[in-house]
Amino acid sequence: MNRSLRPLLATAAIFVLAYLLAIAQFPAMASTRVLGNFLTDNAFLGIAAVGMTFVILSGGIDLSVGAVIGFTTVLIAVLVMWVGLHPLAAFAIALAVAALFGAGMGAAIYYLRVPSFIVTLAGMFLARGAASVLSPDSIGIKHSFYTTVSKSYLLMPGGGRLSVVGIMMLLVFLAGIVIAHRTRFGSYVYALGGSETSAALMGVPVARTTVLIYTLSSTLAGLAGVVFSLYTSAGYSLNALGVELDAIAAVVIGGTLLTGGYGLVAGTFIGVMLQGLVQTYIVFDGTLSSWWTKIVIGALLFMFILLQRLLHSAAPRRRKILWTA
Amino acid sequence: MAIITKLALGAGLAALLSTAAHADLTGKVIGFSQIGSESGWRAAETSVTKSQAETRGIDLKFADAQQKQENQIKAIRGFIAQGVDAILIAPVVSTGWDEVLGEAKEANIPVVLLDRGIDASPDLYLTGVASDQVKEGAVAGKWLIDTLAGKDCNVVELEGTVGSSPAINRKKGFDDAVGATSNIKVIRSQTGDFTRAKGKEVMEGFLKAEGGGKGICAVYAHNDDMAVGAIQAIKDAGLKPGSDILVVSIDGVPDIFSAMVAGEANATVELTPNMAGPAFDALDAYLNGGTVPEKAIITESKLFTQADDPQGEYDRRKGLGY
Repeated sequence: MNRSLRPLLATAAIFVLAYLLAIAQFPAMASTRVLGNFLTDNAFLGIAAVGMTFVILSGGIDLSVGAVIGFTTVLIAVLVMWVGLHPLAAFAIALAVAALFGAGMGAAIYYLRVPSFIVTLAGMFLARGAASVLSPDSIGIKHSFYTTVSKSYLLMPGGGRLSVVGIMMLLVFLAGIVIAHRTRFGSYVYALGGSETSAALMGVPVARTTVLIYTLSSTLAGLAGVVFSLYTSAGYSLNALGVELDAIAAVVIGGTLLTGGYGLVAGTFIGVMLQGLVQTYIVFDGTLSSWWTKIVIGALLFMFILLQRLLHSAAPRRRKILWTA
Repeated sequence: MAIITKLALGAGLAALLSTAAHADLTGKVIGFSQIGSESGWRAAETSVTKSQAETRGIDLKFADAQQKQENQIKAIRGFIAQGVDAILIAPVVSTGWDEVLGEAKEANIPVVLLDRGIDASPDLYLTGVASDQVKEGAVAGKWLIDTLAGKDCNVVELEGTVGSSPAINRKKGFDDAVGATSNIKVIRSQTGDFTRAKGKEVMEGFLKAEGGGKGICAVYAHNDDMAVGAIQAIKDAGLKPGSDILVVSIDGVPDIFSAMVAGEANATVELTPNMAGPAFDALDAYLNGGTVPEKAIITESKLFTQADDPQGEYDRRKGLGY
C-alpha cells in the first residue's frame, strides 16, 4: 500500500466510524438533509482549507484567510448595496483584491525573508481592520441575484439540498486535487515543502511559486468570502473569525504534515467533513456544550500529530515522498 | 366491517390520546440557538430557558453559537434535519437569516426570535419576544419623577456603548420622560461602555466636574454594571450613594440588588431573562390551538426599588449565572 495514503485512510476510517456511531444514536443523521447541510454549512471553510493545504504543503502557514473572508463579505456588500454594482462584478473585484493581497504577502515572504507566520499575521490585522473601517455594522445584501442563488439547489431524495455553494466547494476540491497532483505548479509546491534549498537546486522557481501559493490561498479565501456572502446574504466585518485555525485543523486532520512536503488535498476534505460531523452531532444531542467541538477537534489534532510522528519515525530517515506531475 | 369499526375506534382513541398528550408542550422537541455567553444576562437567559423547558416537559436542544452567525445557521439547519417541533433563536446579527429561515418555513417548523429582531420578511418567523428598551428608560425616568415629587434635581447619565440600540433607546425613553418636567435636568451625559470599570471612571469625572458631587442629585445608568461602578466612585468621593446621590439603572442583575440591600442603589428596571417563557406560551397556543400570536411580544419592564425585597430578589437571581 502506498505509504502516503495511510493518514488519509486513517482520517477516512475515523470519519466513517464516527458517522456510523452518530447514526446509531440519532438515525436522523443518516438523512440526505444532513449530508446536504455538511456541504452547504462548511462550504466556506472547505474552500479556504484547499488554499491552506497548498500553503502548508509548501511549508508555510496563512493566518489571514479568516480576515480575508470577512473583508470580502464586507467589500461585496458595500459594492452591491452602496455602489450599486451587480453581484457578479462585485465578486470579480473582490477576488482580484484578494489575489493582489495574497501576491503581496507571498512577495513579502520571499523577498524580505520573513516567516510566513508574521507576514500573514500582519495580513490578518490589515484585512480585519480594513473590513471594520469599510463598515463596522453588518450590511444586508438585497439583490435578486442573491435570492435566485439561495433558492437554487438540487433536491436530493429525502429532502436534502445540494446548494450552489456546496457544489462550488466540491468543484474547488476537485480543482485543488488536479492542481496538486497533475500540474507542474503542484509538484513545485511539494518540492518547496520538502526542502526549499534542494527545490531551488532542482530548478524550482522558488520566488514565483511562493508568490503563487499565497495568491492562490488568498484568492480561495476571497472565493470563500463570496460563498459566505451568498450563505448569509450579508457582509459583516466580524464574519469568519478564527476560520484560519479551523482550516489549519482540517488540513492537519486530513493528514498533511505541518512541516510541509507531505499530504493530500482529498484528506483536507475529510478533515472539513469531520469538523462538520462533530458540530452536527452536538446540535443533535442538544445537551452538550458547543465547546465540545473544540475539545474533540483538539483531541483529533493531537492524535493525528502523534500518528504522523509514528508513521514517519518508522520510515527510512531523510526521505520525503515527492509527488511528481 | 368489524375490522373497520375496530380501526375507526382505534383511530378515535389515538386521536383522543394524542390531544390529551399535546394539551401542552410536553414531549415536544424544541431547538434553541443561543448567541453565546458573553454577558451575565445572556447566561441567565440560557439557564432560565433551560429551566422553563424542564418544567414544561420540553426536550430542549441547546446550541451555543460562540458569537458566530455561521454556527447559528448550522445549528438551525441541524434542528431542521432533526425534525424539531419549533426553533428559538437569539440572533447574533440582524442580517442574513432569509435563506435558513426559509428552509425552516418550508419544513413547517415555527421560529420564535428571542430578545433581538432581524432584518427579514416577518412571514419567516412566528413571533419575536423582546423587551421595549425605550420603555425601560421611561420607567426609570418615571421613578425619578415620582420620587422627587417636584424637587429640583440635576441628573448625570452614564450611557451604554455608543451607537448600540439599548444605549440609544434607553436614553430616549428617559430623556422623553424627564424632559416633560421642569425640575429635572440631565446636566452631563457620557458613555461608560456598559462596563463597571468605565462606569466608575466616568462617574469620577462627573463628580470632579460638579464640585465634588455637590451639584449632582441623581445618576441614571443605562445598565446595572455601570451603576455599580458609579456607586464605588461616589463612595470614594466621600458621599453616600442612595441618599446623597440617587442611583437608578436598568437590567436587574444580582449585584444591584445587593447594593439595594446595602441602601446604595435606589431602583432598577428589570430586563427579564425569561424571554423563553412567553415564547413557549406562544408556541403552546400555536401548536395546540393554531392561534397565531402577534409579531412582537413585549416583556414587562418591571421596576424594583428598595421596598421590593431586594434580598429575596438577589437570592432568586444569584444561581442563574449572572
